[in-house]
Amino acid sequence: MQQASSSLRTPASRVRGLGAAKSGTGHFWLQRVTAVANIPLTIAFVIIILMLAKRDYAGALALVAHPVAAILLLLFILSGAVHMRLGMQVIIEDYVHQEGAKIALLMLNTFFAIAMALGATYAILRIGFAG
Amino acid sequence: MAKTLTTKPGASARPLSPHLQIYKMTITMAMSILHRITGAALFFGTALLVVFLVALSTGKGNFALVEAVYGSLIGKLVLFGYTWALFHHMLGGLRHLVWDTGAGFDRLSRFQLGWATLIGALVMTGLVWLIFFIG
Repeated sequence: MQQASSSLRTPASRVRGLGAAKSGTGHFWLQRVTAVANIPLTIAFVIIILMLAKRDYAGALALVAHPVAAILLLLFILSGAVHMRLGMQVIIEDYVHQEGAKIALLMLNTFFAIAMALGATYAILRIGFAG
Repeated sequence: MAKTLTTKPGASARPLSPHLQIYKMTITMAMSILHRITGAALFFGTALLVVFLVALSTGKGNFALVEAVYGSLIGKLVLFGYTWALFHHMLGGLRHLVWDTGAGFDRLSRFQLGWATLIGALVMTGLVWLIFFIG
């Protein structure tokens, strides 16, 4: 409590540890968690795409319908969508200073990330359950 | 805050901080810029994957159309660029994860990590496309 006199922050504010942005280290940490996940998932994704590249329609369907490929693709797109939303958010916040445009772009960013994640999820599940 | 960032006509000329064009390009600076550019490219490139998967899930005609577009020369060039961006951003991210532990900040490590990112991504991209063309 001795420290309180040397700081303008209230003890409650310091304990919560959320800082000026009111979100603490949540953004930073989720960026790191998804970054770590993306490394093996990216390698799996590239291998799956290489396997898909030479297949015809029926062969491509069969591969994406395989549970291992389907789950790895789902993990890649979901982890990737969260990661890219956080990354693009930082880019927007760095370069767009006009408040209205910034808020609009941040919303668009979220919409795009969710659309990509759900679009891919829909397609993968549709292929998997059709078989 | 935002208003002070732009110089308006008639406003007194204020000294500006040195920016990109003032400094000599270094490998860490180049990799930092490329990390952001490849990240942004991958953001939009995700649509390539989603379009492919949705086409595959919705029938033979859509699949054939996407296959023709992606398999064209321009399509292949875009996919080659996507492959490089993916590996470059992955290795650049790995470099950042090393830095997150507090390691690799000395002059030699920064230099080596930067060049390893640049060369490693080119090698991995080349390997993948070699496998595609001969496989």
